[in-house]
Formats: sequence, C-alpha cells, structure tokens
Amino acid sequence: MMGPEEDSMETLTLATSVATTTAASDYHSAISASQEIPGDPLLSAPVPPTFSLSPSSSFVDPPSYSDVVFTPFNPSNGAVSSSPSSSTSNYLRITVSDPVQESETVSTSLVPGSGSGGYFTYLITSRAKDGTDSRIRRRFRDFVTLADRLAESHRGLFVPVRPDKGVVEGQVMKSADFIEQRRIALERYLRRLAAHPVIGKSDELRVFLQAEGRLPLPTTTDVASRMLDGAVRLPRQLSGADVTGPEEVVQPAKGGRDLLRIFKELKQTVTNEWVGSRPAVVEEDREFLDRKDKMQDLELQLTTSSEHAETLVKAQQDIGETMGELGLAFIKLTKFETEEATFESQRTRAAEMKKVATAAVKASRLYRELNAQTVKHLDTLHEHLGIMLSVHTAFSDRSSALLTVQTLMSDLSSLNSRVEKLEAASSKIFGGDRARLRRVEELKETIRVTENAKCCAVKEYERIKDNNRSELERLDRQRHDDLLSMLKGFVISQVGYYEKIGSVWETVADEMHVYSREVEISEQ
Amino acid sequence: MMMITNLQAPGKGEGYTSKSAFLISFRKRNLRSSKSLLRNCAFLPPAITVKFAMISTESDPPAETSSPGPRSPSGQPFVMISVTEPVKMGTGVQSYISYRVITKSNMTEFEGPEKIVIRRYSDFEWLHDKLAEKYKGIFIPPLPEKSAVEKFRFSAEFIEMRRQALDVFINRIASHPVLRKSEDLRTFLLEEEERMERIRSIEAGIFSKKSSDIFQMFKDVQSKVSDVVLGKEKPVEESDPEYEKLKNYIFELENHLAETQKQAFRLVKRHRDLGQSLADFGKAMKLLGACEGESLGKAFSDLGSKGEILSLKLQKEAHNLLMNFEEPLKDYVRAVQSIKATMADRANAFRQHCELAETTKLKEINLDKLMLMHSERAREAEIDFKESKADSEEATKRFEAIVKTMNEELARFQEQKTADLGLAFHEFAKGQAKLAHDIADAWRGVLPKLEAL
Repeated sequence: MMGPEEDSMETLTLATSVATTTAASDYHSAISASQEIPGDPLLSAPVPPTFSLSPSSSFVDPPSYSDVVFTPFNPSNGAVSSSPSSSTSNYLRITVSDPVQESETVSTSLVPGSGSGGYFTYLITSRAKDGTDSRIRRRFRDFVTLADRLAESHRGLFVPVRPDKGVVEGQVMKSADFIEQRRIALERYLRRLAAHPVIGKSDELRVFLQAEGRLPLPTTTDVASRMLDGAVRLPRQLSGADVTGPEEVVQPAKGGRDLLRIFKELKQTVTNEWVGSRPAVVEEDREFLDRKDKMQDLELQLTTSSEHAETLVKAQQDIGETMGELGLAFIKLTKFETEEATFESQRTRAAEMKKVATAAVKASRLYRELNAQTVKHLDTLHEHLGIMLSVHTAFSDRSSALLTVQTLMSDLSSLNSRVEKLEAASSKIFGGDRARLRRVEELKETIRVTENAKCCAVKEYERIKDNNRSELERLDRQRHDDLLSMLKGFVISQVGYYEKIGSVWETVADEMHVYSREVEISEQ
Repeated sequence: MMMITNLQAPGKGEGYTSKSAFLISFRKRNLRSSKSLLRNCAFLPPAITVKFAMISTESDPPAETSSPGPRSPSGQPFVMISVTEPVKMGTGVQSYISYRVITKSNMTEFEGPEKIVIRRYSDFEWLHDKLAEKYKGIFIPPLPEKSAVEKFRFSAEFIEMRRQALDVFINRIASHPVLRKSEDLRTFLLEEEERMERIRSIEAGIFSKKSSDIFQMFKDVQSKVSDVVLGKEKPVEESDPEYEKLKNYIFELENHLAETQKQAFRLVKRHRDLGQSLADFGKAMKLLGACEGESLGKAFSDLGSKGEILSLKLQKEAHNLLMNFEEPLKDYVRAVQSIKATMADRANAFRQHCELAETTKLKEINLDKLMLMHSERAREAEIDFKESKADSEEATKRFEAIVKTMNEELARFQEQKTADLGLAFHEFAKGQAKLAHDIADAWRGVLPKLEAL
C-alpha cells in the first residue's frame, strides 16, 4: 500500500514523489477526482510541497502562515489565480517575479542600497481575458499609488488591502528573505485585485498591469506639499471665499488640504455624539446595522480560529519532527548494535529496531506532507480575516460620506438662518440696506453652491450604501464557499494521511506480534 | 520462534573457542529460561500482572520437561509477585508512598500460598544494595530513580511509573537463577513491617552503601597513593582486548539509548500538545460555525466536536506511550548503568587480585632471602607469606568468579533486552496504528455532512 519503498532513510528529504503518496486509499482518489473542479485549487491533489525557502529553514522554523510559501502554482506554468471566482476574473494569469535592485539616477547616498538609492523593481507579467499579454516592471511605490487610487475611486467596496510597507521589517530581516516575502505578498495582492468583480475590470488595474514605462496614475501627493497646499487655502476658506465644491465632496476630507472642512466635520461629529442633537440624516438602515454587528462577531471568531489553526499547524509539525528524530536515533542505535554485535540476540534486536525506525521515518514524512496540506487549507481563515480590514475601510467610507452630508446640511441650515436674519434686519431700514442686501446676495450664492454640493454628497452616500450592500452579499457567498472548501480539504487530507500512517504502523505491529506476551489477567 | 532458533548451537564442523562453546551450551541449558524470559517482560497496564514461572536451575536436564505453564501452578514450583496499591502515608516533608507486595507461591521458602507485606521505596533500595554487595558480577536489576524533588509533587503519573518499575524490579530478581535464592529477597518478601524497618535502619547505619562507599574511597586513595609511591601512574587495568571492546560498547550504548529515550519522552509531549491544540481548534471552529448559516454551521459544529474527541484520544495515547514505550527505554538505560556498576566491581576485584599477587611475590622474594640467610625472622616471614598467598588466591578466585558471572549475565542481558524491546516496539506500533485509525475514522465521519452541502 505504500508503493515503492524508499531505502534512503538516512536523509529526511522533503520532496516525495507524488506516486508514492497517491496510493489506493479512497480519499486520495477523491482528491485527484476533485482536481476537475475548475479553478478550485484548494482541493487539488497533494502537490509535492516545494518550499521556496531553503530546506533547512523549513525544517527548523515553524511554518507560520507568512513563512510557508505554499505556491500551488509554479510561476512558469501559467496557472489560475487563487480564488474561487477566478473563472470570471478579467485576467487569466498574473505573476510577480525577478526582483532586481536598481538605483536612482541621482544617487543621494554613498552607501548602496540605503537612502533613496537602490530600490527594487519587480517583473509583472499578465495575460488578460482578451489575450493581451504584458510584461512590465514596477516598484513598491507604484503599488502604493495603485492602492491609493483604487481606494479613492471604489469607496464602499471591499478593496483588498495592499502589503505593508514594512519599514521596520525591512531593516531587521535579511534583505533576500524580505524581498522574497514582499514579492509573494505583491503577487497575492494583484491576484486578489484581479479577482474582484469590479476592481478586476478597473482602469487603474489595467493601466498598472499593461502601461509600459512610468505608471500613469497621479501619485499620492506627499505630505509636505499637501500641508503647504492646505495652509494656502485656509485663509480663503475662513473668509468664506472658498467653498467646498461639489467635486470635492465626493472625497473624504484629506489631511493637509481640507483643513476647514475637517474642522467643520469634526464639529459635526461632536454635535452628533456629545451634544446629542439628532442630525437631519442618520444611519437608518436597520439591516445594515445588524450586518455590521455580525461582521464584528465574525471577525472575532476568525481571529481566534486563525490563532488556533496556527497552533495546530505547529503541533502537527512538531510531532512529525520528533517522530523523525526518534527514527534517526533508532537507526543510529541499530547500526551500532549491528556493528558491535557479539550475540545473536543483538542482531535480532537490531533488525527489529530497524523496522521500527524505518516506520517512524516514514510516518514523519507523512506528517510533514499532511501539514503542508493543512497549512494550505486553513489559510482560508487567515485570508478572510484579512478581508475584514477591507470591510472596515468600506464601512468607514460610508460613515465619512454620511458625515459629509450631515455637515453640509447643518452648513445650509446655518446659512439659511443668517440670510433670514439679514433680511429681517435690512427690512427694518427704510429703502433697504444696500450693504446688507449685497451680503444677502452673496450668501444666497453660497447657499446655491452648497446645495449642489449637498446633492452630490447625498448621491455619493447612496452610492456607497449600495456598494456596501452588494459587497456584503458577495462576501457572504464567497465566505460560505471558501469555508466549505476549507473544511472539505482539511478533513479529506486528515483522513487520507492518517490512513496511511495507520497502515505503516500496523505492518510493524504485526511483525512485532511475536513479542507480545501471553497475558493472563489475574484476579486479585 | 525466531529467538529460539537463533540459539541452536552451530554445527560441529565449525570451530569455536572454548568461551563461545561455554556460552552456547549455557544457552541450550537455559532454553526454557529464555522462553520464560519473554514472559518476564513486565511493562504492564496497571491492573494486569504476569505470572512468573520458576526458572529451572542449571542442573536440570535440558528441555524435556513441559514448560512451566503459568496456567498450571499445581505441578511446578512457581512464585508470582505483584506490587500494587500505592498509598500515600504520612504528611508533609515526611510523607512517602507505601506499596502492597503480594507474593503468591507454592514453595515453602516463600511461606505460600500467599503472603502480603507493605513496603516502601527505601525497602526496595535496601534489597538492591544488599544484592549488589553480595552478588558481585551479576547485573542487579535497576531501581527507578530516587528523585527527592518529584516525590513531593507525587503526581499520579509519577506514582504509577514507579509502581510499575518496582514491580518489574522485584520480578526480575525472583526470576534470576541466582538472585532468587538470596535470603535478603525472602526477608524482603516475608518479614513483618516493623522488623523490616528495623533491619533497614540498622543496615543504613552500619553497612549502608554510603559507608561502604567511604571504605571503598579509602581503599582507592590508598591504592592510588601506593601506586604513585611505587612509581606506577595509571591504576591497574585489565588488558583483555575483548573486555575492552565490551567496555567501549557499554559506554557508547548508554549514549545511544539516552538519545532514544529523550526523543521518546519528547514524542509523548508532542502527543499531548497536538491533543491540546485540536481541542482548542475544535472549540474555535464551533464558535465560527455559529456565525455562518444553518447547514454550514452544523458542519463546523460536527468538526469541532470531533476535534475535542480526538484530543482525548491523543492524551490517552500519550499516557500509553509514556508507560509502555518510554519507560522501557529508560529501564534499558538504567540496566546499562547497572552493568557499569558491575564493571566497577570487576575493576576493583582485578586491582585487588593484582596487588595481592604483587605483594605475595614480594613476600616470597623476601622469604627466600631470609631463608638463605638462615634468619630467625624466616619463620615469621613464612607465615606471613602463606597468609598473603591465601589472600591472593582468594582475590584471584573472586575476580575470576566475577568474570565468569559477567559473561553469563551478558548473554542473559542481551536476550532479555531483545525481548523487552520487542514488546515495547509492539506496544508502540500498536498504539500508533490504533491512534491513526481512530483519527481517520473520526474525520471521515464528518464528510457525509460536508458532501451534502
């Protein structure tokens, strides 16, 4: 049942041939059968775990999710992106590879690799559904730009979160490991983007993947110029000359630029929460609030599950490791006894020991393979936990849009009341008060602009609400499917591997049966 | 049976040294004893004891009599001992564990049919030390560790391991062809508790191991000093190459065994950890399932429950591993240490034999000298010389006895260890197979529900 015996027990090699593992066990045929499911990589047959890290590190270090590079898809053989909805993805294949260090043309530091000189670029290859192939180079900063532009134009959607900048990690880790980790993370990120029904079709992504040369997306203005810009605008805003126009309300108030707007919205928040006066428009959608609570609960459970899954993975790895070490210790003892044997009983014992040692080493290998599978399956928990970050962002898009609406409405009401007061005051003066009336005209103009802005803000808010709703539905479906696959995959691999481990030990137990006692249970 | 066939003497055509001839004929004579040896492996689940058949003495004719069946005590002489019912006695720092030692026998020496006494660890220790004193050359069965610290914690597992080890210990003594005849064994098994305590404390005072250690230390220092004085720098050691090989073998064996025992112990812990992680994971899965819809939630709940069940199975297997796999390996290590103790005895005996031979020779030379000179001191010297010669001959005899015994013991040891380990391996493989199948079955049970979704 075990297939061709492997005699080299001395070296524990990770990669076992698939042939020996796909034995006649029921569940392994189930696994290979399930490979037919399109685009569902989670149930694919036990691929020889090709750890991208060096074998020594994967032996010794526990595979936390970030360490274990389970890439079921070799970059060289164009495989499907790792999401169940890949069949509807706009892109058939995306890979990130070949990190190359380049230096700025104007090098500001003498030390290579530090400061503003010496950043890495990554080769990004992709094939779109319409057949367009492209190969371009991008640096991490470009990914940041892409992420920011996507966040702005897809408010309310669950936009996949980009990999961290990892400034601290970059210093602490050895650069080769760090770059490799980043490469993997960037690849996963792009694939997630492509898998999203809306973002996958977006211009930003297309441009990122296909436009040669410099990334033609507006970069996020760096903080310094934003602060400057905001400082310039503030006096005009204070004097009332500069008003929040309709085109601006579709974006949340940004740090440096919209200081006045931020103050206003902050004031609104205070009014809403501390003063307790109910604003004109509130979050009324009961269904949404329920869902929000459910999301919070889900996030909590995902966190706990993800933690315990990691512990389980570590425990599985440990038991496999120790089993292997036990086997090796016995092999050494076997060799020793055989060499030094002066009695026949020693040789017999050495032979028996060898059987046990061999079984232990086999079992150890099986544990390792099982663990690779387990990591792959339970990664779903981690993945969905990550999605929660996107959900948070989408929900806060909604609340900031609502805040904008509320602020504009209280703006309007205060403007209107000022107009009223002025008109009342000027009507008391005979012939009208030209100064006041002029003021009233100005205010009415402001009111008109603000009304427009309010309409846009309300439209934006409704749009975001719709996005939230559709995304929640999509996520629920996706999560259901993903978790189901996870359970199936997990259970199937457990059954398959433990059956094999059991049969290995059974064989040995039978061979050792001669030594079992004839026991009589004595009545005492 | 595999083992027995290996014991057949080689054909007459093959030449072999007189030593191996001796060993082989010894094995033949002890054919039955080796069968019984297999039954003597006593790593047992608590409530089960093994009946030990009385091993035939070496003077019996070989192998024709029916093997001493444990099921038929009536015809054959037998003795069966069990160490049971550990009970904590006393309080605080002075607390200890007492055991019920039950001897069942149809032999008069053991005051049959049944004799029950209460004994504690120190009593076992007393017996061990007496035997070590009196039976040089024999590998005295090892005791479980003394452990002054863990004693205070007295965990159930520790007590059970100790009880099992003591049971094995006493039964090994009772089945050893020489040791079982010892009077100390009978004292241990039969004496009243108060007398036993008195004997133990008296012995502890005068002839305690510690005292004899001190005497031995003096002797060692003496001999070392005289060595240096006489210009010899190294202590006298045997130069037998085969014995050298044996010494190296024993020392290296201990290292290898210690390593396997360490890994076995670690494996026990890994089982416990995996069990714990499965329990936690199962609980988390249940909670996560509660967030999902009806059907999926049920599947999660089922999975979670299975995880908790498997956790218990893993804890059980961990215990089984500890008792029936790790303990035997630890026992193996102790046995090797006992051999080392015997080797130390042999080295001492050898040294004495050499020294006395040396002394005697010197005295002989002196005597001859005196006789030539017709001195009055010749007579004294002659008496002195004769005494010395007698001592020397005795020392030589003692040494040779140890050598002979050791060789017999060695054969016995190797056979017993093969049997012991064979049993341990069987238990280990059986346990692992059952565990793996249980795990596979449990998870398999979840599948139908999942497939239906």
